[in-house]
Amino acid sequence: MYKIVRKEALADNIFLMDVEAPWVARACLPGQFVIAKIDEEGERIPLTICDYDREKNTVTIVVQTIGASTMRMDTLQEAESFADFVGPLGLPSELCLVENLEETKKKNIVFIAGGLGTAPVYPQVKWLHEHGVDATVIMGSRTKDLLFYIDEMKSVAKEVYVTTDDGTYGFHGMGTDQLKALYEEGKTFDHCVAIGPMIMMKFVCLLTKELGIHTVVSMNPIMVDGTGMCGACRLIVDGKVKFACVDGPEFDGHLVDFDLAMARMAQYKTAEGRKKLEFEEGDTHHGGCGNCKGGAA
Amino acid sequence: MDAMVRVPISEQDPKVRATNFDEVCLGYTEEEAVAEASRCLNCKKPLCVSGCPVSINIPEFIQEVKNKNFEKAYQIISESSALPAVCGRVCPQETQCEGKCVRGVKGEAVAIGKLERFVADWAREHGVKPHSDTPKNGHKVAVIGSGPAGLTCAGDLARMGYDVTIFEALHKAGGVLVYGIPEFRLPKDDVVLPEVENVKSLGVKIETNVIIGKSVTIDELLNEEGFEAVFIGSGAGLPRFMGIPGEQANGVFSANEYLTRNNLMKSFKDYDTPIARGKKVVVVGGGNVAMDAARTALRLGAEVHIVYRRGEAELPARAEEVHHAKEEGIIFDLLQNPVEILTDEKGWVRGIRIIKMELGEPDESGRRSPVEIAGSEYEITCDTVIMSLGTSPNPLISATTEGLDTNRRGCIVAKEENGETSKTGVYAGGDAVTGAATVILAMGAGKTAAQGIDDYFKNKG
Ligand SMILES: Cc1cc2nc3c(=O)[nH]c(=O)nc-3n(C[C@H](O)[C@H](O)[C@H](O)COP(=O)(O)OP(=O)(O)OC[C@H]3O[C@@H](n4cnc5c(N)ncnc54)[C@H](O)[C@@H]3O)c2cc1C
Ligand SMILES: Cc1cc2nc3c(=O)[nH]c(=O)nc-3n(C[C@H](O)[C@H](O)[C@H](O)COP(=O)(O)OP(=O)(O)OC[C@H]3O[C@@H](n4cnc5c(N)ncnc54)[C@H](O)[C@@H]3O)c2cc1C
Ligand code: SF4
Ligand code: SF4
Ligand code: FES
Repeated sequence: MYKIVRKEALADNIFLMDVEAPWVARACLPGQFVIAKIDEEGERIPLTICDYDREKNTVTIVVQTIGASTMRMDTLQEAESFADFVGPLGLPSELCLVENLEETKKKNIVFIAGGLGTAPVYPQVKWLHEHGVDATVIMGSRTKDLLFYIDEMKSVAKEVYVTTDDGTYGFHGMGTDQLKALYEEGKTFDHCVAIGPMIMMKFVCLLTKELGIHTVVSMNPIMVDGTGMCGACRLIVDGKVKFACVDGPEFDGHLVDFDLAMARMAQYKTAEGRKKLEFEEGDTHHGGCGNCKGGAA
Repeated sequence: MDAMVRVPISEQDPKVRATNFDEVCLGYTEEEAVAEASRCLNCKKPLCVSGCPVSINIPEFIQEVKNKNFEKAYQIISESSALPAVCGRVCPQETQCEGKCVRGVKGEAVAIGKLERFVADWAREHGVKPHSDTPKNGHKVAVIGSGPAGLTCAGDLARMGYDVTIFEALHKAGGVLVYGIPEFRLPKDDVVLPEVENVKSLGVKIETNVIIGKSVTIDELLNEEGFEAVFIGSGAGLPRFMGIPGEQANGVFSANEYLTRNNLMKSFKDYDTPIARGKKVVVVGGGNVAMDAARTALRLGAEVHIVYRRGEAELPARAEEVHHAKEEGIIFDLLQNPVEILTDEKGWVRGIRIIKMELGEPDESGRRSPVEIAGSEYEITCDTVIMSLGTSPNPLISATTEGLDTNRRGCIVAKEENGETSKTGVYAGGDAVTGAATVILAMGAGKTAAQGIDDYFKNKG
């Protein structure tokens, strides 16, 4: 069992947990992820490692409740445990490898975090800061209530630009708009890391291609095992099949087939939507409509 | 009773079982087992034993069944095998032990597998466990993977007195036995779990959720974690795809994904993990894995076609599985091969284009290879395609272990006689070495390596 030693609400429907997981805490690097399973009946849920403490043997995860499993995860409280918690999975971010440090120091780096993407961006910026590399961060969300980690990010980044789609906080617009604005001011970058919803990463890539900025994205397709065994996470990158869990999750954003990746994401939408309904309605959900369980997905 | 013919075994009716995940084969009763055991000639030079990769003393255990000493029979089997309830169910007996049985020359071979299963089930139902009273020798050995190879190697080493820890990447121990082979052939909680528990009762520790090469490397196990030797039994879990157009469409799965969702994650039991319940499913391939995927899809309510590029005689699956699949209503489209998966405007599968094949001249391997018949293409409408084209070893371990040689196919190179790899103190066996094979060959390799590791410690002094 993997004990939750801290739980904190960060924003609407976004919470943080520190989980005791010695093997993961000892070995992980920024860019990698874990798979957590709530209990016997739970799904294997991939989550990015957002921080880690090698002394305390804990790993920090930040979760957004979007469906049945993440909602169920939110019912877990401090001192309770995950049945399973495995990792670190995937390859570490290339920016955060000591062997690449000299190269990295030469780069002018901008991170663009969309929504929950702030959480996985943070450990990378922190790692770079600790190794003497300063990066610029653009963090955007739909609205003010969904923003989190602003102060933490400011403590490790050179500059932080906050944007909201509805203008309720910071720059009124999206991360891509902010990047354009910076370029209009004469700022330039030669390396971009974009993490967030697939649609956002797609648009960042379209822009950075125009601007000629090498761009790395972190892909989050549907996964099952996370070790290369099932192929559920497959993507097309540069015309070749890649498994996000072992070949990624980070890829050259200009080579990723985003339209395919987004179509694949919809694969379990209906099945999962039903689960969510069942979870929300609990005992009041008696079925009988013929649409639940057992139906075609 | 005709001594040339087997005592028949009862099975669930095909029509009924096609709608449930309960075990197909119901096993022998005591009377039936005793009757079948009495067909064994108790040969002086038992050929059957030479056909069993773990050399179970077959005539001896069968004599005990005949005399109704079931507990004794169990102890004889468990000296050689850690997983008799599993092997009795899934070994390809027709080409192993039973294929060599002299009874088979004129009549039907003794039902060795079914008797083994009977004995193992009887032992479990009567609380009989394997035992070992060897004192611990204080040497620590790490075993990677809890499939048949790892469990066997760990069990044997524990019996020799070693302090053994199995590291397993998934959240459940058992390897393919829990994630691949379906419930209706190999019940998980009733058969696999108790056999895993039996291995634990020999003193073996199992740590799940540890991925060697990610959570910790082999070099770290040896240099920092106090292990003196390592056995790699990590299997061959990497699925192959065909590389045809449309293969990334929604509704195309590897057999591994499909079976893992259903068996390991128990989507059929309404656990949280979903599975796509197709209405019409095409399974590509003809091995055990293809049969399992097809029969699973059938039980989830689909019409199922198996598309295989060779003929009936070339189907690599166990004969019993093919027979069961047919009985249940799986449609076999043989000598046919997919060339394209057709998709709708939203990226979902809507059909598959197939070309017919004929068998050409035998190739170097002696097998007649299929060749396409020009102009024979046609389409099948379907909403789900399951690719079951075989698997290869995962590079995770070889890529993170200094000095561990692999061959062209990514298999770890290990000596057949003792499992030794190119790296001192590191042994390997099972599918990780041979590529996808069988449970019993993996067990045989685990056993050989356990002996190899014991010799390594003895020579090391
Ligand atoms: C490598 C990786 C890292 C991730 N890191 C994080 C993280 O740090 N924090 C976090 O909250 N989530 C993260 N995710 C996403 C997370 O795994 C999913 O949100 C979760 O599995 C959804 O489960 P659910 O049952 O709650 O929602 P579901 O009911 O499965 O999904 C609800 C809706 O979300 C869509 N969806 C399904 N899977 C994903 C996904 N992987 N990403 C985005 N949308 C999805 C579905 O199409 C559906 O429309 C990561 C995913 C991957 C692959
Ligand atoms: C669907 C299906 C049906 C089959 N049917 C039959 C049958 O009827 N009869 C038969 O004889 N054979 C059958 N087989 C083949 C048989 O199951 C395999 O040959 C056998 O399981 C191989 O055993 P193994 O111990 O080498 O590997 P596996 O059973 O594959 O076990 C390997 C284990 O190692 C773990 N692992 C992998 N990498 C790591 C790592 N880096 N760190 C930690 N753990 C790791 C895996 O998670 C897995 O649990 C079937 C296979 C499949 C897939
Ligand atoms: S383990 Fe397999 S090969 Fe050996 S006797 Fe049993 S069924 Fe036959
Ligand atoms: S070869 Fe057949 S008859 Fe002879 S001992 Fe073995 S099982 Fe019995
Ligand atoms: S999640 Fe199964 S192969 Fe990537």
